[in-house]
Amino acid sequence: MNKYYWLIPILPLLGSVFNGILGRRAGKGAVTFVGLGTVLGSLVLAFSAFFAMKALPDHRLVLNFGEWMGVGSMSVPFGFVIDTLSGTMMLVVAGIGFLIHVYSVGYMHDDEGYGRFFSYMNLFVFFMLTLVLGSSLPLMFVGWEGVGLCSYLLIGYYFETDFAPDAGLKAFLMNRVGDLGVAIGMMVLFAAFGTLTVGDILLRAGHLAPEAGFGILTFATLMLFVGATGKSAQLPLYLWLPDAMAGPTPVSALIHAATMVTSGIYMICRLAPVFTLAPITMDVVAWVGAATALFAATIGLVQRDIKKVLAYSTVSQLGYMFLGLGASGFAAGFFHVFTHAWFKALLFLGAGSVIHAMHHEQDLFKMGGLKAKMPLTFWTMLAATLAIIGFPGTSGFASKDEILYLAYLKSPALWVIGVVAACCTAFYMLRLFTLAFLGEPRDHHAHDHAHESPASMTLPLVVLAVGSVLAVWLGWPKAFGGEFRIEEWLSSAVTYGQLHAAHGEHGSAQLPLILASVSTILGLGFAFFGYLTYRNGLAVAEARAAKFPVVHKVLLNKYYVDEGVELVILGPIRWFGNLLWKLFDVIIIDGVGVNLPGALARVFGDFTALFQTGRVRNYALSMALGAAVLLYVFLK
Amino acid sequence: MTGMDAILHGGLQGYLVVALLLFAIGLAAVLLRRTLLMQFMGVELMLNAANVALLAFARYRGGDLQATVFYLFIIAVAACEAAVGLALIIGLYRHRDTTDSDRTASLKQ
Repeated sequence: MNKYYWLIPILPLLGSVFNGILGRRAGKGAVTFVGLGTVLGSLVLAFSAFFAMKALPDHRLVLNFGEWMGVGSMSVPFGFVIDTLSGTMMLVVAGIGFLIHVYSVGYMHDDEGYGRFFSYMNLFVFFMLTLVLGSSLPLMFVGWEGVGLCSYLLIGYYFETDFAPDAGLKAFLMNRVGDLGVAIGMMVLFAAFGTLTVGDILLRAGHLAPEAGFGILTFATLMLFVGATGKSAQLPLYLWLPDAMAGPTPVSALIHAATMVTSGIYMICRLAPVFTLAPITMDVVAWVGAATALFAATIGLVQRDIKKVLAYSTVSQLGYMFLGLGASGFAAGFFHVFTHAWFKALLFLGAGSVIHAMHHEQDLFKMGGLKAKMPLTFWTMLAATLAIIGFPGTSGFASKDEILYLAYLKSPALWVIGVVAACCTAFYMLRLFTLAFLGEPRDHHAHDHAHESPASMTLPLVVLAVGSVLAVWLGWPKAFGGEFRIEEWLSSAVTYGQLHAAHGEHGSAQLPLILASVSTILGLGFAFFGYLTYRNGLAVAEARAAKFPVVHKVLLNKYYVDEGVELVILGPIRWFGNLLWKLFDVIIIDGVGVNLPGALARVFGDFTALFQTGRVRNYALSMALGAAVLLYVFLK
Repeated sequence: MTGMDAILHGGLQGYLVVALLLFAIGLAAVLLRRTLLMQFMGVELMLNAANVALLAFARYRGGDLQATVFYLFIIAVAACEAAVGLALIIGLYRHRDTTDSDRTASLKQ
């Protein structure tokens, strides 16, 4: 089978090409068949590759297709590596990707650009799988840039609106800032290790001791982390993700919740042994993650747009993942990627189902009482909500508590921030859930027309709901008698090449139990608080907002960060651009460089045109005079 | 030897003076007359002046036959050219009702 595994990313690429070129002509049936079929084919192959990798003793399947770039001492192979990390991620991308493709069949059914949509989605799956499987940093970078492109295309999918293209551009530009960091980080890593092949870098890193101060690896990893903050929407490059909700909801679920935005975490896990060598970077990662988790969660408390709430929630959850990574919990961080992919995709798809039913109404304040109208959506959303607030027994509970425990070991302050963010998360999720599904309908017109979504949409919801709960099976925390087996499973990948894999000390036996109980009880308390607040509509919440007008206003305006960026960064850039335009471009380039020679040529032309009388006699005279002069010169 | 002497006594210079006079008359016609027909005749005169000079030099060099052959060819070509030129002038007259070269300057505009 090995020789077919290269098809895993290529199949969706073929689907994308077909749907992009023939999508309009071939009709919806063909688009659906090709769009879903290629992703399904890639999923089947991915499973086959996964089990082939699992059967190997070292859980590492390397596919090399030859040299890609060979310049001097640099030799970059073109190949894939399937190990426990990339294998798991590959299944998440292809599996959840496929479910969301199925969902899109229902969601995008009436859309004009059906073929275009599936073309972009397939292209995204192709690039994401390239990013995940690439065996060298440049190949991963191709995927990294490619998913950014697809993100841009899909955010701006509704290009006839005013805001969607702007939002796409914003995402693209912010990612450029981060991608520059990745490019620099890659070059520095090459300077440090002399290779760009991930496996070789890790093997060489295994011989090194952690850097004491700010060394070359600290610089390289910090640069890579800058890239991760761009792609994974962390402070300060998170601004694009909430705006990215301008895209269709399945896009938000697949790209801006489940897969693409987690690629920053994936990259750090991929290079985990290198990051371990740079303690300063690890501190930065942990603190940025914790700050983002809290920051975004507080904004999520007051947003009215159902997708915006989920967007800030995603930013916040991504912050958790980085917190876990920074606390050396690569398995914990990645486990949260895994569980988050299930429940956040489900939350977005559920929200999409609600939006679809409410005829594109996204305002939570106009929803309410949808429980009876949309039972399947209600129950699956309930599962996802329980998972994200960390209800005991769900997947979110396991992954979040493992991260919080590791954060506590690193610094109790990080744990406190994490718990406060978790409480905010619990509150806003119950707020969202209560406002959408419980209580009295607040907009009777929309409510009357609401209906359960078609099977192609509800079926993925059910599958994801089951996954949201059962994903816990992979990593039941040790504190509760589990094995946290994902840690052992990933260890061959995240400690690859390390001579002596570090085993984190696990403190006393009671500590994790105490910490987990505290955070869970607090979280559930805030969840109940959120339910109580919004149970009877908006009155209680409005009264409370009136008591803290300043806080409410600041949160509602997202800490005025957009305005600040406008003032501090965009304003001066625009001013400088205007200067260049009006002074340099208009006056110097256009004026002195282009128009002045033109004007001179014209003046000269006007002068010589005086001699062009159009009269034969004048020409003959000048010819005769010229001949006479020549004659004089030659015969003199 | 004055010019008149040269004409009266033969020899190269006499022929060249004739050629020069012919050429000058032709050039004057081209430059001073506005009627295309007259200008055309001026051009023909200038051509023949050149021919006279050519044959005079040939004679001076001791009867070069090549020049004679050349001259015959030039006459033939000049006849063709005259035909074409006249046809053009007639064509122009039919279109414009004029053969005034100063008024046929429309390429200038």
